[in-house]
Amino acid sequence: MPIDWFPLWLSLRVAVLATFFAALAGIPVAYLLANREFKGREALDAAVTLPLVLPPTVVGYYLLVVLGRESWLGRLYEAIVGEPLVFTWQAAVAAAVLHAAPLLVKSTRAALESVDHAYERAARTLGAPEWKVFWRVSLPLARRPVLAAAALAFARSLGDFGVTIMVAGNIPGRTQTAAVAIYDAVEGGNGDVARWMVLAVSGVSLALLTLANRLTPRRLPG
Amino acid sequence: MIQARLKKSYAAGVESRAFSLDVQLEAGPGVSVLFGPSGSGKTLTLHCIAGFTKPDEGRILLNDVILFDGAARVFLPPQARRCGYVFQNYALFPHMTLRENLEFAVAQGKNLERHKRVREMLERFQLHEVGGRRPHELSGGQKQRGSIARALLAEPRILLLDEPAQGLDITLRQELYSILRDLQRDYPMPVLLVTHDLEEALELGGRMHVFRDGRIVQSGGPRAILDAPGSGDIARLLGIYNVLPAEILSLDPGRNASRLRIGEWEIPGVYYPGHLKGDRVICCVLPGQVRVQPREGYPPANTMGMELLHAVTGPERATLYFADGFRAEVARGEWETMAQAEQFAVEIPPAALRLVK
Repeated sequence: MPIDWFPLWLSLRVAVLATFFAALAGIPVAYLLANREFKGREALDAAVTLPLVLPPTVVGYYLLVVLGRESWLGRLYEAIVGEPLVFTWQAAVAAAVLHAAPLLVKSTRAALESVDHAYERAARTLGAPEWKVFWRVSLPLARRPVLAAAALAFARSLGDFGVTIMVAGNIPGRTQTAAVAIYDAVEGGNGDVARWMVLAVSGVSLALLTLANRLTPRRLPG
Repeated sequence: MIQARLKKSYAAGVESRAFSLDVQLEAGPGVSVLFGPSGSGKTLTLHCIAGFTKPDEGRILLNDVILFDGAARVFLPPQARRCGYVFQNYALFPHMTLRENLEFAVAQGKNLERHKRVREMLERFQLHEVGGRRPHELSGGQKQRGSIARALLAEPRILLLDEPAQGLDITLRQELYSILRDLQRDYPMPVLLVTHDLEEALELGGRMHVFRDGRIVQSGGPRAILDAPGSGDIARLLGIYNVLPAEILSLDPGRNASRLRIGEWEIPGVYYPGHLKGDRVICCVLPGQVRVQPREGYPPANTMGMELLHAVTGPERATLYFADGFRAEVARGEWETMAQAEQFAVEIPPAALRLVK
């Protein structure tokens, strides 16, 4: 029986979009956490990190509450797009964003904090508004570790199982991602599919981790 | 014109002791030097003026613009303060060329106008040939000039320099000093320069503020402070004096004379108006103004017996280090005639003894 590679392609597509959205929302949050002192900074950090430590089913449950057909956001989405969000592949993107964002914010915060503050201060004394300081100075100087963080976030969104199955379900050909397909294949005694899918996912993840490691600047000797 | 009154305190941390800054300073056009040991609050003062750190209370005025007012809750961000800042490592953006660094500072204006101003500034600082290079491809002097040029392009109303000559060789230091002196012609504004190098303060400072433990302990012309340190602590900070606690044994205004006891030795001094017999005072003596001679046995009257620890012979003068941190400087030729001795008699000419409170 030929192996159906749809789940892997779906996973890659979901991961690309999820990384994009996680970066879009996560990098500004990381910048705030790294550069601004405000009340509740550590509380915000803890809230952002929470999905990293909660069981994926709990995160999925929250997502269902927030995005479900009864919810305010769910209805808004349904009104615009014409179909409910839950149990579509787009919901899998939402799941992967939530799964990947904490790691991205954490590592991006560390990357931005490693930038010598003298550069940012210099930019401010030269009259540059905060967005310009971020865009022209902080982000370019932290470019490599931020890209490494994005690579890790991509690998993590590729690997989500729990949140995805809660909000996107397991609909073959529609919402069944690679991680879910492997579970399905093992349950159904479909060893061949499981084996190849496992190898493919492992290979992609290994490549991403290698990339992330190469992007992380090593300390020069001396 | 900058007027600043600042208070800022920090509680003791895991690796830091408690620290409080409480200073008041005013500076008009020209270079004012903030002098003091590391950790005395000089850089923190610059940070408060530039807006990197928010003082707990006080008020900062720059040309009548309020930069900070604790009572009125005014705190302008660094962007709105127009303070030029030259960092210790220059902080030229490493991912941009020198020209791009300068362009960064000229945000407004048409492109043509911006390019013209950057080109003029590059030429003024003899940097036009290296405008396309990244900071790591520039020499130390070029980086230094580049960072000053970049600061000037933002049209600052004050220039703040944080130990700009730290770790530079003597040629580059001299170059920096001449840039800063020339600057006053075209950009008459206050320049606050942080340093812990006394030579630098003498070279540059129209005015000097001596920092110690978060306070300004003396302000004035560098020469005046050098000649009359306000206290024994300040004399020690300056690092050029022998500082000795003494007791006044007798005073004779008629013959303009006095007797002082320093440790176990009795030496003559001049008459010190305003002091009384029995006063405990601090004496300052420049190492170059004392006379030394080898001795065997008890030192002659009016001199102090001292044991030599080691001597450093320079090209012209030798510096002798005695026990208890006492230093003397003698001409090299003179030193070579007595280099074998270990015990010395040190004589302080009465006129060389300065008393501080």
